Amino acid sequence: MLRYLARRVALMVPTLFGVALLTFIMLRVVPGDVVEVKLRADGGYVTTEILERERARLGLDKPLPVQFVDWMTGLVTLDLGNSMWTGRPVAEEIGVRIGLTFQVALMAAFISVLIAIPLGTISALYRDTWVDYVVRIFTIAGLAVPSFWLGMLLLLLLLTVFHWSPPVTYTPFYENPLQNMAQLIWPALAVGYRYAAVVARMVRSSIIEVMREDYIRTARAKGVFERLVVARHAMRNALLPAVTVIGLEFAFLLGGLVVTEQVFNLNGIGRLFVEAVSRNDFVLIQALVMLLAAVFVTMNLIVDVLYGVLDPRVRNA
Amino acid sequence: MAEDTHHLSRRAMLAMPALVYGTAALGQTPAGEPQRGGTLQYAVAAEPPTYDLHQTGTFAVMHRVAPHYSTLLQYEQFNYPNIVGDLAQSWEAAPDQLTYTFRLHPNVRFHDGTILTSEDVRASYARMIAPPEGVTSNRQPAFGQIGAIETPDPLTVVFKMKRVDASIMDTFVSPWNSIFSAARLRAEPNWPARNIMGTGPFRFVEHVAGSHWVGQKFDGYFKQGKPYLDGFRAITMAPSAMVNALSGRQILAEFRGFTPVERDRIMRGLGADGRTFESSWMLHMLLSFNNEKPPFDDVRVRRALSLALDRWGGSTSLSRISQLGAVGGMVRPGSEWSSTPAEMERWPGYGRDMAANRAEARRLLREAGQENLSFTLMNRNHQPYVTAGIFVIDQLRQIGVRAEHQQVELASWYANQGSGGFEAMIDSFTQLSDDPTNVLVKYISKDRAGVATARAIDRELDRLFDAQAQEIDKAKRKQLVGKFEDRAFEQAHLVPILWFQRLVVLNRRVQGWTMSPTHMIYQDLADVWLAPERG
Amino acid sequence: MSATALPAFRAPNPILAFIRAQPLGAAGLVVILVMGTAAVFAEVIAPFNPEAIDFMSMLAAPSADHFFGTDAFGRDILTRIIYGARTALTIGFLSSFIGCTAGGLLGVASAYFGGRADLLIMRLVDIVLSFPIIVLALVVVAVLGKTAVLGIDLNLVFAIAIPIIPRACRVVRSAALSVRQMPYIDAARAGGYSSTHIILRHMAPNVLAPYLILLTAYVAQAILLEASLSFLGLGVQEPKPAWGLMLAGDSANFYQEAPWMILFPGLAISLAVFAFNLFGDSLRDWLDPKFRT
Repeated sequence: MLRYLARRVALMVPTLFGVALLTFIMLRVVPGDVVEVKLRADGGYVTTEILERERARLGLDKPLPVQFVDWMTGLVTLDLGNSMWTGRPVAEEIGVRIGLTFQVALMAAFISVLIAIPLGTISALYRDTWVDYVVRIFTIAGLAVPSFWLGMLLLLLLLTVFHWSPPVTYTPFYENPLQNMAQLIWPALAVGYRYAAVVARMVRSSIIEVMREDYIRTARAKGVFERLVVARHAMRNALLPAVTVIGLEFAFLLGGLVVTEQVFNLNGIGRLFVEAVSRNDFVLIQALVMLLAAVFVTMNLIVDVLYGVLDPRVRNA
Repeated sequence: MAEDTHHLSRRAMLAMPALVYGTAALGQTPAGEPQRGGTLQYAVAAEPPTYDLHQTGTFAVMHRVAPHYSTLLQYEQFNYPNIVGDLAQSWEAAPDQLTYTFRLHPNVRFHDGTILTSEDVRASYARMIAPPEGVTSNRQPAFGQIGAIETPDPLTVVFKMKRVDASIMDTFVSPWNSIFSAARLRAEPNWPARNIMGTGPFRFVEHVAGSHWVGQKFDGYFKQGKPYLDGFRAITMAPSAMVNALSGRQILAEFRGFTPVERDRIMRGLGADGRTFESSWMLHMLLSFNNEKPPFDDVRVRRALSLALDRWGGSTSLSRISQLGAVGGMVRPGSEWSSTPAEMERWPGYGRDMAANRAEARRLLREAGQENLSFTLMNRNHQPYVTAGIFVIDQLRQIGVRAEHQQVELASWYANQGSGGFEAMIDSFTQLSDDPTNVLVKYISKDRAGVATARAIDRELDRLFDAQAQEIDKAKRKQLVGKFEDRAFEQAHLVPILWFQRLVVLNRRVQGWTMSPTHMIYQDLADVWLAPERG
Repeated sequence: MSATALPAFRAPNPILAFIRAQPLGAAGLVVILVMGTAAVFAEVIAPFNPEAIDFMSMLAAPSADHFFGTDAFGRDILTRIIYGARTALTIGFLSSFIGCTAGGLLGVASAYFGGRADLLIMRLVDIVLSFPIIVLALVVVAVLGKTAVLGIDLNLVFAIAIPIIPRACRVVRSAALSVRQMPYIDAARAGGYSSTHIILRHMAPNVLAPYLILLTAYVAQAILLEASLSFLGLGVQEPKPAWGLMLAGDSANFYQEAPWMILFPGLAISLAVFAFNLFGDSLRDWLDPKFRT
């Protein structure tokens, strides 16, 4: 198990390096840099000399390989550099926003699991009956409705029906849980629906598959009460693929919040990302891409390890 | 009020003129005796890239940082564009306009307790004129005619000019030219980029990135009895959220401006508790042609495309849905330098008969052999630029010209604008004041100005530009400005589309704030006070 | 003629059989066909010009003149939705096709060659998978620039196809791995056929079922991604009609006053993706013997 873990962790390194290299190259192909946005926006009237000086200060005049090595050295020593737009450390820029994004993602995950597991199970048990059809339509719709549109509809509903709009400034949960929830529950619902749909479908199909396996048939043949069978045997085995999808989708969720944060005006990672991209703040974009890639890769790892824990066959393979 | 509005359809609400809400015009008067206390919560749409006013031009910095600093001069409350002293108690210009002498207020204190002297003024201006290593200066050319700064005594500053500069007062009154502590600048020239320490009415408390900025009343402020507020809190939020926050009374103000639809929505929420202000804005939308790229090197093509724009019709309709507003030439409509609407009709594309304009445009295109012209129109991905793009494309369609919209990210947009990597673009220009030099610079030859994005060479325009810049006599200068515009419209290297309208909505509790045609001034909040909440 | 009366005639027609076995999927297919027809014949069906501004009818509520109302520029929303179907379906099909085909071929090749090539391809797949889709899309759009061919934004198609490649590659690879074990592949190699020949002629046809399933599933994903990108301003550009775009920009500004501006385009996206998902799901159940009952 330990050797397996070590091998998996070692495999993360080339993947992340590949992501870093690719990001670096791609960003440099895009025309424009942060300096012009910074100095020429809003009627700024600067000489070319000043533009060049600012580029030099940000290290944009160095040869690309040198810039890449500098960045890599920084990454290894956990120094993400300073935002080219604000000059503040990138870690700080991300730090003040990540709590919100993470909370929304976590809440969405929680909501979805709460809905998805019972829904998926019922749908599997009553397969091909009207219950199954209703659940399937509900879940397929979840995959179809764009979360940003759902968000807009939610806001519209709150405003026109209840004449109320969620608070616009972020209050940390520990300061005022109610205020915090009043703001963040809506985006969590909007993205949670899709998430729930994905998980519910996974739960349904894995339960159907497990139900077919011999030991379940044996158990049923023995006349054990069916629900008990489901609870004891099927659920446990069906949870495995569900865990996978929850883990993997969580990483996607963080990325998917880019759009939803726009709709709900949330000061999270997604908005930071969109702003960084619009200004070509290379250092910040690179850091955010690496962060998301790292979350994704780590989630993969956790899922694999969980597999090992939950399913002895994988562990011993 | 709120009761009545329910009977109106949504469309009627949209179409309703702003006057319904008792719009206060520019010449506002204070309402009642100023009251003390309270914290002003207001919104700012973007994050500040720096804390240093010398190194930026964005309102995102101005709307947070202005309350912390002072300038030499400032615009008088409720009386734009009249100039009064800020740090300067008095000032005078020599008859030859080559020497300006400022007498400073005694006992002006910085937030750290030190006393401001003429050396602080000199050091701050020197930094903007010739920025030291690691520092930039966002408006360097504006200081081009200043030769030397002398400090004969701690309370006197003397500016010696190289040449007469008809717009130099704009520099002294500019809200960007904040005065920093000379001692701090000596220790670290880039200190103000990350720190706040000035002589303004409020001292800095904290800035949480992406969230808020807090200032607290500075008890040692040199103007007696001010500021009235205990403090302010500037909250970062997207425009759509501001609308809800303002109408939901979570904030009391936003000082940049809204679209008409947003304004009406806020007023529906605030009812009698809301106040609206409107003005034209020192900001206009342009259509820039890349004069280096055929067929835009042909004046007939450029003029034809300008002729195709129905500016009067666009103004009426677009002003209902966007921040685009008045029809204007190259100086702000409504300012002392502007032609009247009737006079404007002499320019191609400003005539009221659009059928004739379009016929003429088609004729010019035929003559130039460009009847089936098709090109790429570069634009930014923001409002109201996209609105302008949609409008222009539709207008050109009507003379048989096909423009492909290409919206790029901000950084690419600036890069392409600077390098000429475009055929035609939806451009805009923010000027710092109404002074013609400040705005006509956009229209001169590319080798004369970095902001002249049309990449044209036109020595006649340069000559007229220089002539007006040194003309002290206002009437003569205005004539020169008119001549400049005539020539620029005839050549159509780049042409104005429409001017922006500034629509501000405040909660009625906010008093003492002055509306103006730019969102960069009147933001030090020294005169602003909060009326008590109505019972 | 009732099928139950003549059971012997049931089998030959696969379409009828599909409808019988998968009524939900058939319903999805009908929606797809209706949208496809609207897309192809947009000029005939749509009542207005999708790009023409009409200031006389700005923000008009749904009425007999404009069934779905108009937007801030007075453009007919129904018209823009009909033309938007063209945008969504072309970009959806093209990018799914490019992504699944490229990914599928890569997956089959990876499974066939095995060893180092397989390892390398799987590493690359991992790298691309770890990228946030939006970043990939953004950079691809920026790098490729403006390349509209026959009115289709090819840059956008590639931006959407690229994230599909590694995902399709993984699925097809695992299907191909089992084919690889089949004796006839060894026989073909022994017979001296080239690798290209074996991959294209013997392995690819055997992974056709998963490929078709992926293709339909990713059309849905591609439509959704196109809508998201357009919403963020990275996709289709104004004034071209596209569903996601209709939810962005001015709509974000006006949807409280004119809810029809977001209601109908959002429904269009949802319905299209829903239909493709429904059809894709049923197709999977139908084609995948494991799920056949």
